[in-house]
Amino acid sequence: MTENENITNDPIIICEDVHKWFDDFHVLKGITTTFKKGERAVICGPSGSGKSTFIRTINRLEEHQRGTIIVDGIELSNDLRNINLIRQEVGMVFQQFNLFPHLTNIKNITLGPIQVRKMSKKAAEEAALALLERMDIADQAYKYPAEISGGQQQRVAIARALAMEPKIMLFDEPTSALDPEMISEVLDVMRELAHSGMTMLVVTHEMGFAREVADRIMFFDEGVVIEEAAPADFFDNPQHERTKLFISQTLQH
Amino acid sequence: MENLTFTQEVKPPDTKKGPVKWLKDNLFNTWYNTILTCLALVFLFFVFRGVLTWVFTQANWQVIPANLQIFSIGPYPLEQIWRVSYVIYGLAVLLGLSAGIWNGLTRQITVVIGCLGAIILLLPFATSIREQTLIATVILAVSFAIGRNKDNWKQWVVVGWVLSFPWTMMMLHGFGADTVSTTLWGGLLLTLILAAVGIVACFPLGVLLALGRRSQLPAIKWVSTVYIETVRGVPLIAILFMGNVLLPIFMAGDFQLDKVIRAMIALTLFSAAYMAENVRGGLQAIPQGQVEAAQAVGLTYPKATLFIVLPQALRAVIPAIVGQFISLFKDTSLVAIIGLLDLLGIGRSVLGNSEWTGLQAEVFLFIALIYFIFTYAMSHVSQKIEADLGVGKH
Repeated sequence: MTENENITNDPIIICEDVHKWFDDFHVLKGITTTFKKGERAVICGPSGSGKSTFIRTINRLEEHQRGTIIVDGIELSNDLRNINLIRQEVGMVFQQFNLFPHLTNIKNITLGPIQVRKMSKKAAEEAALALLERMDIADQAYKYPAEISGGQQQRVAIARALAMEPKIMLFDEPTSALDPEMISEVLDVMRELAHSGMTMLVVTHEMGFAREVADRIMFFDEGVVIEEAAPADFFDNPQHERTKLFISQTLQH
Repeated sequence: MENLTFTQEVKPPDTKKGPVKWLKDNLFNTWYNTILTCLALVFLFFVFRGVLTWVFTQANWQVIPANLQIFSIGPYPLEQIWRVSYVIYGLAVLLGLSAGIWNGLTRQITVVIGCLGAIILLLPFATSIREQTLIATVILAVSFAIGRNKDNWKQWVVVGWVLSFPWTMMMLHGFGADTVSTTLWGGLLLTLILAAVGIVACFPLGVLLALGRRSQLPAIKWVSTVYIETVRGVPLIAILFMGNVLLPIFMAGDFQLDKVIRAMIALTLFSAAYMAENVRGGLQAIPQGQVEAAQAVGLTYPKATLFIVLPQALRAVIPAIVGQFISLFKDTSLVAIIGLLDLLGIGRSVLGNSEWTGLQAEVFLFIALIYFIFTYAMSHVSQKIEADLGVGKH
């Protein structure tokens, strides 16, 4: 593993005792943590542990009901203006891609910059083409999402998030819906992004990726962070019984 | 590709069938199917012989050409017919320009309408009407030629279409002393105006009601829901009667809304409730992930709705929406009950003329044919729109 030379000491996301309920079900039971600018955090854990819900609270796709979340100096509250400001700074990539099927790939990417950042159409298209080039799919720009493969769709989705020039990128199981042979093309793009200095929060089951790229691995179980450590410590010297079980099961195959 | 040389190329089985083979396979494949086919043919022969004999030997079609002008514009005074012409000229300019600017469907529709114009020239209308139709067709062709490749005119043409509604109403009604009261509007002209206004007005209202019913703000949600459920619970005839009888009582003093305007409002308000439910069906088909992705790039609720949700939702329910438009078009015939002389109403008044008594079958068949032509055209255009938008493909 290479040392992350981009990590700083400036906190960019501060979570203080974050709680969340779905009706009676207590999903997040007091998460307190800080992410630094340039940090790459991988969040793992069994399904239903609240890891997806947690990163979705950071751009307010899920509302937290207790505690505070401060993103880039702005506290998340019910104030719609704050929410929209934060969403402009936080890009998100979904498990199911969620591309807009009625728009071509390039229009998927330019919509945000044109409508939210008020960029000119021409500038937005040039930037989008450059991003698609970086994702190695420039030739798919004028096709519709349904006409390209899953791996290509997810790379368009990453380009769509990057087009807003966010300070933070959230990845919610970005490779879980992909065929095995397409996983690596998406992980390659994410690796490249990590080395460019982006602050990244990644929910994933790809332990190889976690070991290679992460500065910190957070292990969620039943709504709490039961262990967090640098990858070397996490994999080779887990402290918690639950973590040991999880690692032995995920590394078996 | 080299590998392919080792495998034999296998052609798909031949699934195409000639008509004879098709007949054999489907109509004469067993002895009892053969008997059923023969019986059906005999039955069809007698039915068609009856119909065709009536159409060609017994029916008195004199009533149609003799009243063509009445069917078209009702009692609209002939010396004012230039007003109708000016409206048609205006629409011809807009349509021609649109066909020149937008390719595909708009152009096809224009060609069909141009052909209709040519057909009217051959029908036994008054000479003045045929002259004006000729002028309109020429205007259509000229504006098409002018509009070709004028991409930067797009927004002006759209503005033109929006303005064409007040223009049409004002033109038909006239100003000052020289006016044509709406009580003199009739026939196909009135039917088309009622339908066009109803369709254009009920669509945005329906979309707003559908969004309102799904709103998270309780007041908006309940107002929309109560409106939709109330209107859907009342027959259109009742709403037309209410508009006709009750509205004038509630209206203060001298100010009275025109009868035709009241019918337009009633039709619009009625259709909007159904439109809302059609659109809501489309809204519900949009996965939550689409909204989340739109929010995640920072789009506000109105923009996410406008750019992401509505385009997909409306595309999914084009058949239902067009079905609603077709219903609305046919429902305009109910205004005959409150005394307006739309196409159906004018048909009945023609039959009331002693010269033409007893010709119900001919007149109603003709009117049905006119309704069919328009509704079938709407249905056909909607299928074309679906194909153009690639519904079901992406």
